[in-house]
Amino acid sequence: MLGYAGKFLEVDLSKSTFKNTTLPDEWLKDYMGGRALAAKILSERLIQKWEDVDPLGPENILFFMPGPFTGYFPGGRTCVTGKSPQSDGMVGSTVGGEFGVELRCAGYDGVIVSGKAEKPVYLFIKDSDVELRDASGIWGKDGKQTDTLLNRECRRLLAERYPHVGVWKEPAKLYIGPAGERKVRTSVVVAKWTHAAGYGGYGAVMGSKNLKAVAVKGTGPLPEVADLEKIKQMIDVVCKGSYGNVLWRRWGTGGGGYSFGAETSSEPVRNWQEEWHDQRSYGVDQFESKVWVKPAWSDFGCPTNCLKISCIRAGKYEGAITDNPDYELQAFLGPNLGLFTPEENVYLSSLIEDLGMCGIQAGSVMGFAAELFQRGILTKADLDGLELKWGDVDVFAALAKKIAYREGIGDLLAEGTYRAALKLGKIKGKNLLPYAITSKGISIGAHGIRSGRDFSREIGYACSVQGGDHSSMTDVPIDGWGSEIWQIFNDSAVMCIFTSFSISPNFRYEFYNAVTGLSLSRREWLNGGGMKTLQIQRALLLLGGPDLKWNPKVDDDNPERFYEPLPSGPCKGQAADKASVKQKVQLYYEQAGWDQNGIPTSETLSRLKLEYVNESLSRLRS
Amino acid sequence: MVENTVKNTNPIWISRELSRCSGCRKCEIACSLHHENKIWPETSRVRVFMLVPGTEFPHLCTQCEDYPCVEACPFKALAVNKETSAVSVNPEKCTGCGKCIEACPGKVPHIHPKSKKILICDLCGGDPHCAKVCQEGGWSCLKVVDRGDHEFKLYARTPEETTRNLAIKLYGEKAEELL
Repeated sequence: MLGYAGKFLEVDLSKSTFKNTTLPDEWLKDYMGGRALAAKILSERLIQKWEDVDPLGPENILFFMPGPFTGYFPGGRTCVTGKSPQSDGMVGSTVGGEFGVELRCAGYDGVIVSGKAEKPVYLFIKDSDVELRDASGIWGKDGKQTDTLLNRECRRLLAERYPHVGVWKEPAKLYIGPAGERKVRTSVVVAKWTHAAGYGGYGAVMGSKNLKAVAVKGTGPLPEVADLEKIKQMIDVVCKGSYGNVLWRRWGTGGGGYSFGAETSSEPVRNWQEEWHDQRSYGVDQFESKVWVKPAWSDFGCPTNCLKISCIRAGKYEGAITDNPDYELQAFLGPNLGLFTPEENVYLSSLIEDLGMCGIQAGSVMGFAAELFQRGILTKADLDGLELKWGDVDVFAALAKKIAYREGIGDLLAEGTYRAALKLGKIKGKNLLPYAITSKGISIGAHGIRSGRDFSREIGYACSVQGGDHSSMTDVPIDGWGSEIWQIFNDSAVMCIFTSFSISPNFRYEFYNAVTGLSLSRREWLNGGGMKTLQIQRALLLLGGPDLKWNPKVDDDNPERFYEPLPSGPCKGQAADKASVKQKVQLYYEQAGWDQNGIPTSETLSRLKLEYVNESLSRLRS
Repeated sequence: MVENTVKNTNPIWISRELSRCSGCRKCEIACSLHHENKIWPETSRVRVFMLVPGTEFPHLCTQCEDYPCVEACPFKALAVNKETSAVSVNPEKCTGCGKCIEACPGKVPHIHPKSKKILICDLCGGDPHCAKVCQEGGWSCLKVVDRGDHEFKLYARTPEETTRNLAIKLYGEKAEELL
């Protein structure tokens, strides 16, 4: 099919074998790539025994999936997914960087990994030459060391094996840090030090498979498209739109650390006890003048360069390097922990990334622990002697290391906020879930709903098939602008939304049609591939297991904290309205074709030709 | 193929201010679209190296004053275009032997992955597409200037040497362990 390389690479780590798989064109037409196509493959292969599949066991399947947009639509991304060790469902998590472009130039539409390697390995792909290599030299190394060592080794191999062609450029790489190796549920899959497929916990899945990294160099062209002239014009439209957005290009999301606190009042402050702050020390001007050493940093084809590079060159935190940090890390490794300076935020972000953890999930679980300490529920003795006081960056750094290496209290917190709340609750004989700001086992992104000033909506997290993922929120009406269906498109064509604020809603369908030569409309996506993917992900989430089972009556809701009035700021007193949320949840069920209990109905699934999903869901209905 | 609409009358140089590179690789995209009518990064005559995150920079022919690559070609496949000062490749004569790569102080030329012929910047006949997209985006890492009489050979550095320079400039001492 046009826009596709034509094959997927399947790797069985248990047997150290490879094969090329071709998928039916019908699947590609319905599910595109990335998140949707992975949902289709994953459910076809595992839904019958889903509840028994341990996300951290060899039976889980791990996907590295670009999409038909990767490399063409400005700003390259790749989707990483599988059964999530956070939600026990499937979370389509995308990461920026060159990986998907290299993979498509190597002739693959995706990599599908199953089994578990006997010893740590990494996968090295050079066009059709594929190899599992000993990773004992990089196992245990932090993010930056891993990147360096992989680069050295892969470029040496390229030069030795393919000589006389000139100097080899670097391969693209996705890898894990020490946290992923230890199956920490808040760990991530990393690219270029600072980019991460964060939500879902797929760093732990890589770790559970003894897979340290995947490196790829492709020397072919991107797959052929139907109408290259049109694609070129459309790329130009996206870029020109982005160039006009001057301050967005200059600040990226780095302006958020201040503005989502001071203006929008939706930023987690001290584990969401507040969502407002007015700390001028945390202004974007401070980041810009104190820590940004590279003012414009882009991935493949990106016109926006919303990323910057920060480096601390002197003083206590000398040597810390990260990106802006982006808003999510500014929030969760800043105000959420009572920290309000760029230097502390850069230091902690750099550390969390080197450890291979998610800034959101790790920042959330540390904030959760700090609130329990504030309330006297966790003591210094419980915390291995750490006095977990708000604003003490050194103590949070010490805790982050304990989590990544699963030492002492870190072992429990490494399970992520929701599971830690359950486990600690048992130990303490208290319900600690009110302090866990999560949805479906996933800590909620840094966009609170109480002020109503942010893009997040009342049922955005409650009804999302990706739980707390702020980049996959939903809303009623299900065909409206806030619906998750559109996020599924973005994650399946695999495109960056930060390059494309200026484009019209239909633009991306035109782009898809120019790539594939098909004629897909927004409406057809809503009633076709988008809706099918939503149903599959919902089914997998509700089937759950083996350790957690979601009850829609209880769990299709906001964390309790969002019903407490905001204590400060311009929206003081505002809270989510329980009755309104409940009503919207029911409305969402109706519009999604789910029954009163939130389970997709047989009629819905039959209409969408998802009988195999219906068959497995009958286990929930009986 | 995109036709050049503008022809410079004076020889030009693609000025490169490496610290300004964002790593977007729009230059590679433009180059491969122009020369191959495909997005094909490995065939781009300008290649953005990113050996250490943050140190991205474009690596392309600087047209040395003494053209050691042209001198080194055993098959007389390379010549200097008098009009533009670019090195032109005669694909009939090029055997892909790589002697020009060895001769280049910056190891800039590389072999086309399919045709196996050498790839060297031809300045798009005087209207380089890489510089155009870089200017449009406001990065201004690549910029067309009148060539004049300068020591352009200085800019023929290996990717490793330039990476080290940029990494130390960005990250200070820490850079040594990142290389």
